[in-house]
Amino acid sequence: MMDIVVCIKQVPETNEIGWDPKTGTLIREGVPGILNRNDKNALEAALQLREQHGGLITALSMGPAQADESLREALSMGIDKAILLCDSVFAGADTLSTAYALSLAVNKIMRFDLILCGKETSDGMTAQVAPQIAEFLNLPQLTGATEIAIENKSVRIKQKLEYSFRVVEAFFPAVITVERGINQPRIPPMDSIMEAYRDKEVQVWGAGDLGGDSARYGLKGSPTQSRNIYTKQVKKGKVTILEGEPDEVAGKLIQTLKLKGLL
Amino acid sequence: MSVVNQSEYKGLWVFIEQGDGNPARVSLELLGAGRSLADKLGVQVTALLIGEGVSEIAQELIYFGADTVIIADDSVAKDYRTEVYTDIIVEQALKDRPEILLIGATCIGRDLAPRIAVRLNTGCTADCTELDIDNETGLMVATKPYFGRNLMADITCPVHRPQMVTVRPGVMELKAQDRERKGELICVDVKVKEEDTRVKVIKTVSSVPDGVPLEEADKVVAGGMGVGDAQGFETLRELAGLLGAQLGATSLPVDEGWISEDYKIGQTGKTIKPILYIGCGVSGAIQHSAGMINSECIIAINTDPKADIFNFADYGIVGDVNKIVPALIDQLKALKG
Repeated sequence: MMDIVVCIKQVPETNEIGWDPKTGTLIREGVPGILNRNDKNALEAALQLREQHGGLITALSMGPAQADESLREALSMGIDKAILLCDSVFAGADTLSTAYALSLAVNKIMRFDLILCGKETSDGMTAQVAPQIAEFLNLPQLTGATEIAIENKSVRIKQKLEYSFRVVEAFFPAVITVERGINQPRIPPMDSIMEAYRDKEVQVWGAGDLGGDSARYGLKGSPTQSRNIYTKQVKKGKVTILEGEPDEVAGKLIQTLKLKGLL
Repeated sequence: MSVVNQSEYKGLWVFIEQGDGNPARVSLELLGAGRSLADKLGVQVTALLIGEGVSEIAQELIYFGADTVIIADDSVAKDYRTEVYTDIIVEQALKDRPEILLIGATCIGRDLAPRIAVRLNTGCTADCTELDIDNETGLMVATKPYFGRNLMADITCPVHRPQMVTVRPGVMELKAQDRERKGELICVDVKVKEEDTRVKVIKTVSSVPDGVPLEEADKVVAGGMGVGDAQGFETLRELAGLLGAQLGATSLPVDEGWISEDYKIGQTGKTIKPILYIGCGVSGAIQHSAGMINSECIIAINTDPKADIFNFADYGIVGDVNKIVPALIDQLKALKG
């Protein structure tokens, strides 16, 4: 038996996201959200481990009330329990204060052998929260897993680095992040989705439930500050269009490359 | 170290990632970038070199811009392990109090930096693409893609120290060595013992890709959704081979499984700045363009004349990649005889 906590996040679905110039943070409230794609791989990895070894899986998220939807999606995939950290004091958190709140929640869940996280979120793209949870909880971390194997009370992963793979091992409890290639996340059938909304519960915890140092939550507890958010201006050059049939334009392109000394 | 007196923190540190007796290219890029920042602040650059038998690299780090190299050479640090390296760096940082710590946003850097940031109770801005010093406050300003699609953010860490960032490989310019530069090498004791470690490295299998890494390639042929399928990428690979170019891809074909993640260029992939970039069936959305916009000569082949990429390409061909690429291959082959 092995108990797993999977940390997931609801991310904005749209391009058209606003930000609050006063706090320099994104306005997440009211923006359509989806479950972060990489987190589905972490959920799937947890489900496959449960199929092999048994145990209970808890999905944990922090976000506005609407993040409930992403937890319901996790439940519909077959996750056993769902907890949402939702409190206005959590808003505007950078990775440090996010990881602080999540690690307190994991402590409150108490029974776990592994914490699984996706590679990174599609909005912040930092990949920092998982290692930071590991540090707050004083646990070993194994990042970039493309395979996970369990033996007795230890976990062994195949770890992806830029130009190599490593096999690394740690004893429980440990934090693991998974690569996208590790599995193909299951798509829940319609009746599981209905059941997740109708019959399952998403527990909501606020700052009061976690205890902890309130000065460390949210924007106030975040050492990093966004001072300016802007759309990147793509350089607007003048494009020279080569025209003609495929053979003709191929010839023109090769000629151009030759003239520029690129061939 | 929660609320700190900032004036007690001086100097800029660069973590040197190394393997097989060589420093990672990104670490050398950061020595150059760090040198410019440190000169603006009027402070020293310290390179932090950790491993076993790594001392030989130290002198080279001076040539690339370091004033001092701190060397932690010990068998326990032979393979990178998160906690061992965190222990060594944090102990030294608590003693020497650097105001800035730069780390390459490699797999290892992204594993290590956030852990150090928690231990030092400071902020770490991930995957930055630009760094500067604010003249008024002396704070480091780190620019990064903020939201996965279209936003950039300037981020500072005003109160906590050190100000930490990870920087993507290939973003900062690799400065030339100055073999006249002099500096100081300092060896420090490593207190971590093997029996205290919690992670074991069972084995390492290197999977060196063919040719030069994408980030360092002079020429890149990249494919987008317009390539159509995995077979289309094999055709592109042939074109790349004939041009002496490396193959790359946007994120969607990677998601489709047409090509592996190692080839991904853009916000969630690699950053490139080749002399020649040829985008085949690439629309030019920010997810991809953020990683290739600094290419010198950009050539775009796309069926849609309204595709974004034509707004920043130097040469464009409005047409079907699956007809034009084979024509290019035929003619290049004929050229080579």
